Amino acid sequence: MDNNKCCVIIGGSHGGVNVAFSLRKEGWEGKIVVVDKDPNLPYQRPPLSKTYLTVKDESGYIPLKGEQAYTNEGIELLLGQEVTKVDKSTQSVELNDGTVISYDFLVLATGASPIIPPIKGIDKAKHLFVMRNIQDVKGIQAALESGVQKVAIVGGGYIGLETAASLRKLGLEVIVFEREQQLLPKVKANVLSEFLLELHQNNGVQIELQSSVSEIKNECQIQTIITSEGKAFECDMIIMGVGVYVNQTISNQLELDYNNGITVNAYCQTSAENIYAVGDCNTHYNAIYDQSIRLESVQNAVDQAKIVAKSITGTSEEYNSLPWFWSDQYDVKLQIAGLTIDADNHIIRKEDEKKWSIWFFKGDQIRSVYAINNAKAYVVGMKLIQQNAKLDKEKLVDLNEKLSPKTLLIQNEINV
Amino acid sequence: MAKITFITKDQESIVVEGTAGSVMELAVQNNVKGIDGDCGGVCSCATCHVQVDPASADKLGEASEIEQDMLELDDDANEYSRLCCQLQVTEALDGVVLNVVK
Ligand SMILES: Cc1cc2nc3c(=O)[nH]c(=O)nc-3n(C[C@H](O)[C@H](O)[C@H](O)COP(=O)(O)OP(=O)(O)OC[C@H]3O[C@@H](n4cnc5c(N)ncnc54)[C@H](O)[C@@H]3O)c2cc1C
Ligand code: FES
Repeated sequence: MDNNKCCVIIGGSHGGVNVAFSLRKEGWEGKIVVVDKDPNLPYQRPPLSKTYLTVKDESGYIPLKGEQAYTNEGIELLLGQEVTKVDKSTQSVELNDGTVISYDFLVLATGASPIIPPIKGIDKAKHLFVMRNIQDVKGIQAALESGVQKVAIVGGGYIGLETAASLRKLGLEVIVFEREQQLLPKVKANVLSEFLLELHQNNGVQIELQSSVSEIKNECQIQTIITSEGKAFECDMIIMGVGVYVNQTISNQLELDYNNGITVNAYCQTSAENIYAVGDCNTHYNAIYDQSIRLESVQNAVDQAKIVAKSITGTSEEYNSLPWFWSDQYDVKLQIAGLTIDADNHIIRKEDEKKWSIWFFKGDQIRSVYAINNAKAYVVGMKLIQQNAKLDKEKLVDLNEKLSPKTLLIQNEINV
Repeated sequence: MAKITFITKDQESIVVEGTAGSVMELAVQNNVKGIDGDCGGVCSCATCHVQVDPASADKLGEASEIEQDMLELDDDANEYSRLCCQLQVTEALDGVVLNVVK
């Protein structure tokens, strides 16, 4: 391997850091430079909304790799530095301090950024936060120290709900606004939305469905959220959890194809040969579901990182992973195998009120499993989806039947 | 303080000392190859799979139901398999030897 070559990775999070370490694993001997504007040693992002909010000191943050690991593997980390310019013709990136670094391979692992909707009065909002990095968590914690009591969360998706659960743990008053008529509006089974609605209400969260925030008023030291239905709610802090967008500054400078994310092929290669994109920032084709998608998950970032490293080092392998995801709220552990995008029916298996699972099908073919406090269902689901299996639905709902790939497969499908 | 030995797939032996947190975090901090901890230690990814050396197996308690179920994701799991994010570093673990599976 040519050790004079340099691979520059923009973004040092789940995607970028894993590309760096995977490159070494694949035998890349050249230089590796990882640049991230976040000054912290790269850390696990999912706990931001789960446990980090409830821990006081930095030792609670889980690093992706120990600091020494970067030195040992010869990975140069440039933290607290932003790539401001990229030039395809000279194959170089420029940092905010003016440093120019030349690359042979460039990896975009720039992730996504929280959307801040143009709500009337938002520019004057007090204690307004998003939830994407450690600075956000520290900002929220500092505001809580200053006496904030009532928090409004805009958006009833995973991040909004996990944040609500964490803040309730800290004893705050929490109200969640969701524009659609159910929580987790993207999920195709409203039983889950209803279950979570009850869970949060039982834990003291006020939930306002079909409520889109139209204005934030700040008058006489009082902050009020007004919904388009005309209702008014006081709050001291506002956390926006209404989704993310992919920043296009860099991909535009590189004139890369873009479609909701940076378009990549099965090797996570962009429309420019020596430029790759991983994780939240790319749109890729998923063969299992026969669709182009953009995913926001650790699994996707990590698995794609391995594909990029293989491709750069010349042992190309196509990205073909089954997506998985998880969410923790109070004592509920939700584990998701696969996607529901092409599912047309679902059934529920209920061990008890707290332990159950939703099985999504396209016809009889299993496509996704949402397991609630039920790791077994998740694991069996992962295996069956990977096999493209058709399941015996009667057995699936029959609690006398064990949850195992063998019992659930339609008999004549075995060994086919 | 507990002294924990990891033996990686390429037979490298790494001895580390820890006082708190999970064994997965300790392994990641010390760059033990094969322990990724992709889910941050919430028993959702099975990328922290180890097999306890039978001679030191009695130092560990029982795996929880969810840990046992998650282990089934890995075809290489056996009776000594554990997800080390579920093992807390305590004095009781002192001297334990863990074989990294991946
Ligand atoms: C609160 C929260 C909870 C989550 N929970 C889960 C969960 O439970 N399970 C799950 O699977 N996923 C979860 N996710 C999603 C998961 O964290 C992301 O999918 C994952 O982090 C994507 O990794 P990435 O490397 O693609 O992008 P990111 O993690 O977004 O990282 C991109 C990095 O690029 C840097 N960057 C961007 N532009 C530049 C530039 N120009 N110069 C320098 N640096 C730059 C950013 O600072 C950032 O560090 C959660 C995300 C959040 C925010
Ligand atoms: S770190 Fe994910 S299961 Fe242990």
